[in-house]
Amino acid sequence: MSQVSVRNLWMEYPGQIVLERINLEIASGEFCVLIGPSGCGKTTFLRLLLSMEQPTRGEILLDGEKLPAEPGPDRGVVFQRYSVFPHLTVVQNVILGLEFGGSPLLGKLFGASRRRAIAEAERVIEAVGLSASRNKYPAQLSGGMQQRLAIAQTLIRKPKLLLLDEPFGALDPGTKTQMYELITRLWREEQITVFMVTHDLKEGFTLATRVLTFDKVRVDPGAPGAYGATITFDLPLERRHA
Amino acid sequence: MSRRIINRRPDRGGRIAWGAFPFILAIIAYFIFSALRLADNPNDKLLPGLAAFGAAIHRMAFAQDMRTGEILLWVDTLASLGRLAMGLAVATLLGLVFGIATGVIPYVRSGLSPFIAVVSMVPPMAILPILFIVFGLDELSKVVLIVIGITPFLIRDLTLRVTDMPGELLIKAQTLGASTWQIILRVVLPQMAPRLADAIRLSLGPAWLFLISAEAIAATDGLGYRIFLMRRYMAMDVILPYVAWITFLAFMMDWALRVFNRRCFPWLASTDGS
Repeated sequence: MSQVSVRNLWMEYPGQIVLERINLEIASGEFCVLIGPSGCGKTTFLRLLLSMEQPTRGEILLDGEKLPAEPGPDRGVVFQRYSVFPHLTVVQNVILGLEFGGSPLLGKLFGASRRRAIAEAERVIEAVGLSASRNKYPAQLSGGMQQRLAIAQTLIRKPKLLLLDEPFGALDPGTKTQMYELITRLWREEQITVFMVTHDLKEGFTLATRVLTFDKVRVDPGAPGAYGATITFDLPLERRHA
Repeated sequence: MSRRIINRRPDRGGRIAWGAFPFILAIIAYFIFSALRLADNPNDKLLPGLAAFGAAIHRMAFAQDMRTGEILLWVDTLASLGRLAMGLAVATLLGLVFGIATGVIPYVRSGLSPFIAVVSMVPPMAILPILFIVFGLDELSKVVLIVIGITPFLIRDLTLRVTDMPGELLIKAQTLGASTWQIILRVVLPQMAPRLADAIRLSLGPAWLFLISAEAIAATDGLGYRIFLMRRYMAMDVILPYVAWITFLAFMMDWALRVFNRRCFPWLASTDGS
């Protein structure tokens, strides 16, 4: 279960309101896509979901409990760039989550527990199609492969929420299509709740079960920061389940 | 069509030849002027010839000293390298600990970075007298001078490198369940190790400078001590080979650190340029 409730959420900076009056109920297993023009607060909303920042008013509940004040293993994330660790190979990147969980002091597993972790990692690496590159460093991978790795790395901790911040923004169209298939398959298999920020409308409507558009409903031309963005459309989509 | 000169590159042999050219030129120039002076005055000490160098090198590097029974060059080299290694080791350790702590932990950064910014502006040579007073004239004060001289740079450089790391990586590590300690150990430290080696490479010059200065002022052995001792006799036939030897040692240390980086951090080669 991973159900998200957002109650009267506001995000205000000095002299600027970014988000105002956000209310949302997201059922477990939804694929939410956040779209809207640049600077309309969709990435800020994702950062709030990740607890990179704290809302100034209101609250976000995950399964009825207030979100912790800092990022944690209950919420996985894939950024557009810099989502994988450059000094670790593919396998090392993926087992890292298990090592953090299993070895508080050294953050590194040895012997049998390491072999178990690697076996588990191999399954996830296989699922994202990176088996052939298992011993390569991220810089030796293409952009699409790096994002596959970032997803695999996230999934191994079995997060309740998967947060994607324009994860396919830097990829070419062919690779994007492959990534859509991959993320859709993983989303179904893992039954995970996904929030994805994008400014590609087509991508949003391809993937989402629910599209949330962010925009400002009130604009004061003399004071652009006076009003914040909110959710202007909340479209549940009927998604073909292949 | 001849290409612009910025587009013309020497091939492998050409690079070696062009690289050797200034060295050969300098050596030829030296011996021409040396020969001219020696023709005027066979006892000239300023630009000794090959024979004088040979004798001096044999005396310093291969023959036992008449007074102590030791081979001076090796005694001096061991003494200097010992001090340098000690100073570099302590400075590296301090730089690593404080650099990473300052870069990763905001409270440490707020507490330490103004202090380090001010301390790094203190000219180390200006406090050398204080070191001699506090730590005495023996080994400790020389090591402390090296440490004081290069640690602030190492800390500041490393702090910058840590804060330059994409914030996404630290967030990502937290979403994988890492504690602060685990983040430092598994994410920050491995990525900083090659940066630290680079910072040490840049510090080698200053470290030698501080070492030789300290040895020149108060020591009974060491490469810097010997050079300044020989100055009294204008013994250029000893001083110049010593300078060449010091240069060689410094160059080898720099080279070793570069090779260390290439060998130990294979991920680095593929990251550079991206």
